[in-house]
Amino acid sequence: MLTLTHFLILSCILFSIGVAGVMIRRNIIIVLMSLELIFNAANISLAAFAYYLESITGTVFVVFNITVAAAEVAVGLAILVAVYRRRKTVLVDQLDEMRY
Amino acid sequence: MIEQIFFYIFAIIAVVSAIAVVTSKSPIHSAIALIITLLQVAAIFILLRSPFLAAVQVFVYVGAVVVLFLFAVMLLDLGGEKIKEQFHQQTVLGVISSVGLFVVLLFMLSRGSLTAPTGGYTEAVLAKNTEVIGKVLFTKYIYPFEVVSLLLLVALVGAVVLVLNQKGKDGV
Repeated sequence: MLTLTHFLILSCILFSIGVAGVMIRRNIIIVLMSLELIFNAANISLAAFAYYLESITGTVFVVFNITVAAAEVAVGLAILVAVYRRRKTVLVDQLDEMRY
Repeated sequence: MIEQIFFYIFAIIAVVSAIAVVTSKSPIHSAIALIITLLQVAAIFILLRSPFLAAVQVFVYVGAVVVLFLFAVMLLDLGGEKIKEQFHQQTVLGVISSVGLFVVLLFMLSRGSLTAPTGGYTEAVLAKNTEVIGKVLFTKYIYPFEVVSLLLLVALVGAVVLVLNQKGKDGV
């Protein structure tokens, strides 16, 4: 029998891996991918709560969440391309100044 | 029982490929591993009786987001990195703090209990999953829906403007 806890633990594991990826990687593209992992962990737990509470709100929220994630990736990658043209680097520890 | 077996298969593949996303050397390999993780999450949505979410996950994430990542990787010509260039100096601290976060989350899970009242959307109602979600989305949640569509428009225009502006200034 699958319980809510199964899904929440999976969500916790994916969330922690995503947070670790954001903190340890230097390549900013991998950091954005780790952000997607975090989004997916949140989506799993929302969908699991929606199913076990027999409510539709969580499901609808996941739809909005996916939309916002797509917008975030579009803007994030556009900023990344603009920064790369100017600075010729994608390593986050070399991009630590607000003004160049 | 069979559901549980499938859940463990999907969960283990998802976690292993998520670790591959974070640790692999080449951004292309990371993107491929990300595709595998997102497909497993879609399968998890099927186990949660939401085929609509699974379809949206495959269309939007695998079809659009990862392709956008691959475009960015190829456009910027980011080849393989050397192994020491891959991680920060703060790797150990980062791993320790994320493991700590995981322990805290597990502690919260073990203490919590589900006390909220259940709604009326039982499995029988959710048999017509897409129809139910569509009806709710276009009646009860119509204002958030419009706001999100506006957000998508702004993101689209913003992405174009961000890339164009830089080009004009550099005179490329």
